[in-house]
Amino acid sequence: MADSIPLQPGLKGLTSDWASDQRAFKGVPWGKAMMWIFLLSDTFIFSCFLVSYMHVRSATTVEWPIPSQVFALDVFGVSVPLLLIAIMTFILITSSGTMAMAVKFGYEKNKKVTFRLLLITALLGASFVGMQAFEWTKLIVHEGVRPWENPMGAPQFGAIFFMITGFHGTHVSIGVIFLFITAFKVKRGDLDNERPGFMTGRKGRYEIVETMGLYWHFVDLVWVFIFAFFYLW
Amino acid sequence: MSDVAHDASEFAPPAELEEMELYHPKTWIGKYVWSQDAKTIAIQYAITAIAIGLVALVLSLLMRLQLGFPNTFSLIDPSNYLQFVTMHGMIMVIYLLTALFLGGFGNYLIPLMVGARDMVFPYLNMISYWVYLAAVLILVASFFVAGGPTGAGWTLYPPQSISPGTPGTDWGIILMLVSLALFIVGFTMGGLNYVVTVLQARTRGMSLMRMPLTVWGIFIATILALLAFPALFVSAIMMLLDLLLGTSFFMPAMVSLGDQTAYDGGSPILFQHLFWFFGHPEVYIVALPAFGIVSDILSTHARKAIFGYRMMVWAIVAIGGLSFIVWAHHMYVSGMNPLFGFFFATTTLIIAVPTAIKVYNWVLTLWQGNIRMNVPMMFAIGFVFTFINGGLTGLFLGNVTVDLPLSDTYFVIAHFHMVMGVSPILVVYAAIYHWYPKITGRMLNDTLGKIHFWMTLLGTYSIYYPMHYLGLEGLPRRYFAYGDTAFISESSQDLNAAITIAAFVVAFAQLFFLYNLVRSLRKGEPAGDNPWEATTLEWQTEHTPPQHGNFSKELPVVYRWAYDYGLPGAKDDFIPQNVPPSNVVYETDK
Repeated sequence: MADSIPLQPGLKGLTSDWASDQRAFKGVPWGKAMMWIFLLSDTFIFSCFLVSYMHVRSATTVEWPIPSQVFALDVFGVSVPLLLIAIMTFILITSSGTMAMAVKFGYEKNKKVTFRLLLITALLGASFVGMQAFEWTKLIVHEGVRPWENPMGAPQFGAIFFMITGFHGTHVSIGVIFLFITAFKVKRGDLDNERPGFMTGRKGRYEIVETMGLYWHFVDLVWVFIFAFFYLW
Repeated sequence: MSDVAHDASEFAPPAELEEMELYHPKTWIGKYVWSQDAKTIAIQYAITAIAIGLVALVLSLLMRLQLGFPNTFSLIDPSNYLQFVTMHGMIMVIYLLTALFLGGFGNYLIPLMVGARDMVFPYLNMISYWVYLAAVLILVASFFVAGGPTGAGWTLYPPQSISPGTPGTDWGIILMLVSLALFIVGFTMGGLNYVVTVLQARTRGMSLMRMPLTVWGIFIATILALLAFPALFVSAIMMLLDLLLGTSFFMPAMVSLGDQTAYDGGSPILFQHLFWFFGHPEVYIVALPAFGIVSDILSTHARKAIFGYRMMVWAIVAIGGLSFIVWAHHMYVSGMNPLFGFFFATTTLIIAVPTAIKVYNWVLTLWQGNIRMNVPMMFAIGFVFTFINGGLTGLFLGNVTVDLPLSDTYFVIAHFHMVMGVSPILVVYAAIYHWYPKITGRMLNDTLGKIHFWMTLLGTYSIYYPMHYLGLEGLPRRYFAYGDTAFISESSQDLNAAITIAAFVVAFAQLFFLYNLVRSLRKGEPAGDNPWEATTLEWQTEHTPPQHGNFSKELPVVYRWAYDYGLPGAKDDFIPQNVPPSNVVYETDK
């Protein structure tokens, strides 16, 4: 007839905390838990893509193009390797910083600053996609790379490049759209007034800014892996 | 006396969350078509899955007609036969079993069993069903396009799946891949719901170790699906690119129909690895919910606590984890590094340990139980037999040296139909007979149920037992006809004819079931709230069938685990989960 369950020390306490009633992750809203699990699933998608890329690259008998030469830009007659990619990476990581700040100001219910930071994040993301479009154009129009062939060597180079950066770019584009929606909802006050609607469920809360942020950081992190495995290898 | 109970406690922690706000539909369409109620979505999922499953059943009958009586039916040509093989396999594994266990039973039972008003994201849940329906319709559409559905076999191995000469390379394979990708998108939406509901939306007192095993099985299976389907998604995208854009991910340089193709340097083995990284967990995506459901049904109808609850939970988790490191046992003959075979054979045989724990625990649950031999119980016990049978042949196929001669023979067909065809289907029937009274408020007819059970069980055994023998003789699978072959004895043709007759008997038996389902909807005996005298929360609802929001004003509070059957000294032989220890009536109190 105890009126509470006695706390046990050590590992037993840890497991009984985890296995306790109502919620396994105390204080974690549903949307946030869902986003973490979705990202775990998405990690497997990107892992499959990257492992397939590694397999194809090690299996091909044709020479693989050297990324630092392929992805170099001519600046005043000097070829700078990976210049565009460096700028893109910088921009994306910067946008992660502004996103993190948006989450902080969101929890402080600072509507104005949150809105501005979300907008900046979205614009940085959009410029990343824009630069990716520039990169694709350069490869397709000027260098003749196609998904099915590649004048510089292995045909899989083009195939893998367009598939993986395309899939990542789609993630960024979706993120940008949702960042704009979130920013709009912040500005309209949906999160202050607990207004129901798309993304916010039955009640709008500032927690969705953090959920959005999780997705955005994930897209950023995936880019780091694509950068390492595709451009630096 | 209360110390006799497993983990009953008078204390339930206070509510951490405000109650979930429900969406209240105003129109008939909002309530039954664009429904956001998990129970309605579950029924939509179940009806769609069973409907498409019946299509797959008919396809299997057409295959059996050809095998049993070759050259008799002009409507089946070799291309059709391959198309039937492919569609039968794909539909049964993914569009019927996965959708029915997770989308159907998952949606209906998870919120009710953990004491939630609904899934945590009802809107997402609704979309999940409609995307699934779209996937099914696209799959069905492939029957009506030029060239028909794909005939690549359910594994869709390239290069043959997209090279000319295989049936359905014009449109069938495209529709198949698009349908699979859509299915995965739809499933992910539902799957996130199931996982978050189990983790974050349980009622007061419902700790993880008080959850019924049904919920555990569906929960772990959903996690497996969320992590395994990505591999299929990626391989579907890459194959579509190979097909439509002419990339060479999976396609090596090769000569097709006398011409050198434009493909160069792709790796068919890569597809096999990706496919089976999905394909093996898929077996357990189907099996784990079945394990969970059967545990609850055995315990309820044996009036006895499940034996070794904790071990049952950990066995489910262990099987789930191991299922990700055994995939290449499907590829022993693919030409991969032989050292891999050693590793994968070892991990495969290790899975037998947690699986055997589960089987022993089921048997020990029945041991000295006060067994009520009703229809759900018969199906559940039938499952235990069938699963042991199918599991034992798995030990043969898991060993590389034994597998090599048996590879691609009828032995393989017999094995996986016993273990992941018949076994889960028996659980599906057990579950439908068990929960139909809750879902509709009426009992299914007992006599029809018993006829259905015995015809199905004996029928399936007479289909698949002889197949083991055919396989040991070396009869290869996926062949349209055998003709005169030295190593195949003439009597094997008689056996094939007998198997076909048995298949028709089993298919006929399903008519009893369908008739029973429809008839009992109106004419079945009223079931009452708790016809099986079960302990879990779904039987404790105020209304049967449960209304929108599942429970009445107050959510139930859980004070004990789900298996308090036949508690020594207690007056009733079952104590529902929401009865506090102080309310239990004991014999000595008289």
